Amino acid sequence: ASLFVSAASASRDAAAGKNNETRGDPAVVTDEDSHHQSNSTAHKKAFPVLSFNYDHVRKPFEISLWILLALLMKLGFHIIPRVSNVVPESCLLIFVGLLVGGIIKAIGEEAPILDSKLFFLYLLPPIILDAGYFLPIRAFTENLGTILMFAVVGTLWNAFFVGGMMYAVCQIKGANLGEVDLLSCLLFGSIISAVDPVAVLAVFEEIHINELLHILVFGESLLNDAVTVVLYHLFEEFSHAGTVTVVDALLGVVCFFVVSLGGILVGAIYGLLGAFTSRFTSHTRVIEPLFVFLYSYMAYLSAEVFHLSGIMSLIACGVMMRPYVEANISHKSYTTMKYFLKMWSSVSETLIFIFLGVSTVAGPHAWNWTFVIFTVILCLISRVLGVVGLTFIINKFRIVKLTKKDQFIVAYGGLRGAIAFSLGFLLTKSEMKHMFLTAIITVIFFTVFVQGMTIRPLVELLAVKKKKENKGSINEEIHTQFLDHLLTGIECICGHYGHHHWKDKLNRFNKAYVKRWLIAGERSTEPQLISFYNKMEMKQAMMMVESGIAPKLPTVVSSVSMSREEQPDDGVSCFTNKHFLRSYSRHDLLIDPFEDTLSEIRFRKQRVEMERRMSHYLTVPANRQETPSVRKVCFESEHQVYTYDDSESPRGPTVQLNLSPPDAVSLLSESPQRPNQSSSHRDKGDGEPRERERAPDEQDEQLKLSRCLSDPGPNKEEEDGGDGSFKS
Amino acid sequence: MGASQTRSDHEHQHLTDKTGFSLEQIKNLHKRFQQLSGNEETISKEDLDRIPALANNPIKKQIIGAFFDKRNQHQDEVGSCDEIGFEQFLMVMSHFRPPTLKTTDEEKEAMRKEKLRFLFNMHDTDNDGTITLEEYRKVVEELLSKSGAIGQEAAKAIADAAMLEVASTNVPHMAPDDFYEGITFEHFEQILKGLEMESRMHIRFLDVDTTTMRCGKSTS
Repeated sequence: ASLFVSAASASRDAAAGKNNETRGDPAVVTDEDSHHQSNSTAHKKAFPVLSFNYDHVRKPFEISLWILLALLMKLGFHIIPRVSNVVPESCLLIFVGLLVGGIIKAIGEEAPILDSKLFFLYLLPPIILDAGYFLPIRAFTENLGTILMFAVVGTLWNAFFVGGMMYAVCQIKGANLGEVDLLSCLLFGSIISAVDPVAVLAVFEEIHINELLHILVFGESLLNDAVTVVLYHLFEEFSHAGTVTVVDALLGVVCFFVVSLGGILVGAIYGLLGAFTSRFTSHTRVIEPLFVFLYSYMAYLSAEVFHLSGIMSLIACGVMMRPYVEANISHKSYTTMKYFLKMWSSVSETLIFIFLGVSTVAGPHAWNWTFVIFTVILCLISRVLGVVGLTFIINKFRIVKLTKKDQFIVAYGGLRGAIAFSLGFLLTKSEMKHMFLTAIITVIFFTVFVQGMTIRPLVELLAVKKKKENKGSINEEIHTQFLDHLLTGIECICGHYGHHHWKDKLNRFNKAYVKRWLIAGERSTEPQLISFYNKMEMKQAMMMVESGIAPKLPTVVSSVSMSREEQPDDGVSCFTNKHFLRSYSRHDLLIDPFEDTLSEIRFRKQRVEMERRMSHYLTVPANRQETPSVRKVCFESEHQVYTYDDSESPRGPTVQLNLSPPDAVSLLSESPQRPNQSSSHRDKGDGEPRERERAPDEQDEQLKLSRCLSDPGPNKEEEDGGDGSFKS
Repeated sequence: MGASQTRSDHEHQHLTDKTGFSLEQIKNLHKRFQQLSGNEETISKEDLDRIPALANNPIKKQIIGAFFDKRNQHQDEVGSCDEIGFEQFLMVMSHFRPPTLKTTDEEKEAMRKEKLRFLFNMHDTDNDGTITLEEYRKVVEELLSKSGAIGQEAAKAIADAAMLEVASTNVPHMAPDDFYEGITFEHFEQILKGLEMESRMHIRFLDVDTTTMRCGKSTS
């Protein structure tokens, strides 16, 4: 009973405190009851059918409410297409945040601020992990030198230029900024100079520019974290101490290397651990995605413990883990992981921008015209100067030079975001802090609103190359590998060890040692080309299942060329369907290839076409020939995909089906007997014996193939689908 | 010393115009050539075979073959030689030059065609103008040749799938009586359009002496 009373009184307080809570009748009832209680203890109170206890769930309730609000806003934007085409989502979200902040302030409540701890520990990691895990490694490593130059030298230049110039500005007599000393200015410069990955991602993902520019700006925003961390801590320490010596400066340089390399090392260790763990998860598939998330998060937190660069640690972990984990985990786990990461990072990003808006309304501001205006101008100038100057140097070392257009986009894409705000928020309280925060928010707003909104029309105007469709073409993959080997060979002949040589060495080391340890089973020795091919085949097969063709019609791979009567199987041209190996863009995920109605219609058309052709063929007298092995994909259940080979004996027409899983046969026999097929099957005059019962369409496929390929296959091969079968 | 120096300089000058390398680069490549040929005038296949670093390369034979392939000399001859001189060596190497900032778009297009032609010649071993299924299978088999038995079995399937892809992208509406002969050069260009050969198929040619450097990162 006392509990009930206290709950009632607490709820009364809570109800009074929260203006926007509905105060229902139950509260009044409990109120009365408690009075009754205190008056006469002998009087038995009625059992409370309905009671109000908000405090108990307050925190999770509020959090959920915020997230729900954020997601509803996101939903709303995409329903109104006109707005979302002009204004990037980040702007709209900040705007909503401003509105909500305004409303809360109007009510008289205290609005929640983007707490730095909340930001750095909960909101930032999912975004970085999502970006880091799906980082396009090839593009990244090819441009690593350029990216590092921009990230390290560019950020340093920005920090010192803005800091120094702001100090000069503060010396202007009329600006009332006399008390801002050099170190504080430098600290401010270091906060404001870093390009923000969240903002860059949010804006760049919508404009779909070519991969080079995307990776340059994005890579820079990721790698400059080390510089920012070091500079921030350096200047913060110094501004407390008051003076800087040469030793301190040297220690700063050492610190930079420790922070960045240490962060990468921590990340790499966790990544290897994660890869190693995934080797043993074949019996507990359900928790596989969790391992990836947890190891990565631990990497981030561990790096933060030692004040190392958490972002670099997270990226290193994701990059290290990915090839091995993907070889080990099931397809479903991979999908789960991808979607969870996208979901979390999407929520995080939305919340960050909304909170940014709310914090703007809430926080105490100290507006100083001179300071703010000069900050904005100086940031722009330093960015442009930095990019142009660095590109001049970089182009001497690059093969594919950066054009003026590229430079412009890189300079224009230097957006500032919530990291700057949070770092500013962490500053110790002082009058300057408010002024700094105001300036930081202004710069953020300027870059996100002005630059974010105008970058899309500018990209169109300047005709910057857009991202090309990633078709996942097997020809491209073959030739990429071929080129790698060719260029390595030419380098050998030329006699110098260029970067192809080292890349080749790394690959061989990876194949010989690392893969054996980290990848389970026989996939550890699978060459990359074959894994690529299997991945594509599986995606094809799944796509066909989804659009309703297979399992009635097994995917046929080889049937091209050679013979006169032959005609390529158009149904298999779905191999060249786009959207295969999707890039990591969150927005691309929304265009799910499986829901692409156009491709569905095409499949159905092709299927009809294929049936027509097959029936046409089967009336033509067969010319028995030998076929080489034909690979097929067949679905047993949702979980397992087996590949098996059919082969024909050199002597005769009998085809033998060798399947390792006996269950797979049942699927084939389930295929319906189509009337036209079976009749034309009977029409064939050869009457060769069939050794096993099989679905007629599958048999027809066999016959067609055997007629088609004049290539004398090897002797009867009985494979058990051992080569590159992807067991999930 | 003086006379032979000017003579070789004169030759080298003639080569810069023909192949597009700078004088420094040609000098360095000449030194390498001398090293490979044992100071002779020509190189044979065995000389290239002996390079130890090439041993691990799965497509070693094709690479060496490309040097002795007359089609890569841009002189409308076919067949292969047994030995090549420095000029032929340079001609083959010139296929791997990168574009510069000054290269115009037409020049880039021509460069891309040239590089693709080189690749095509490497695949089209019987020089009939098309890459047949057999030849393509050979290519994939060689690529996977270091991967043991698994590689050989999968090679056929991969080559078949690749062939099919070329066929369906380039000739989407094949009539029932057609069949796909092989990949012609136009189809080859089409299928590799996305790779942007002029930016990818190149190595750094040093302006610094390579023979004195055992291992070092390129600096040009």
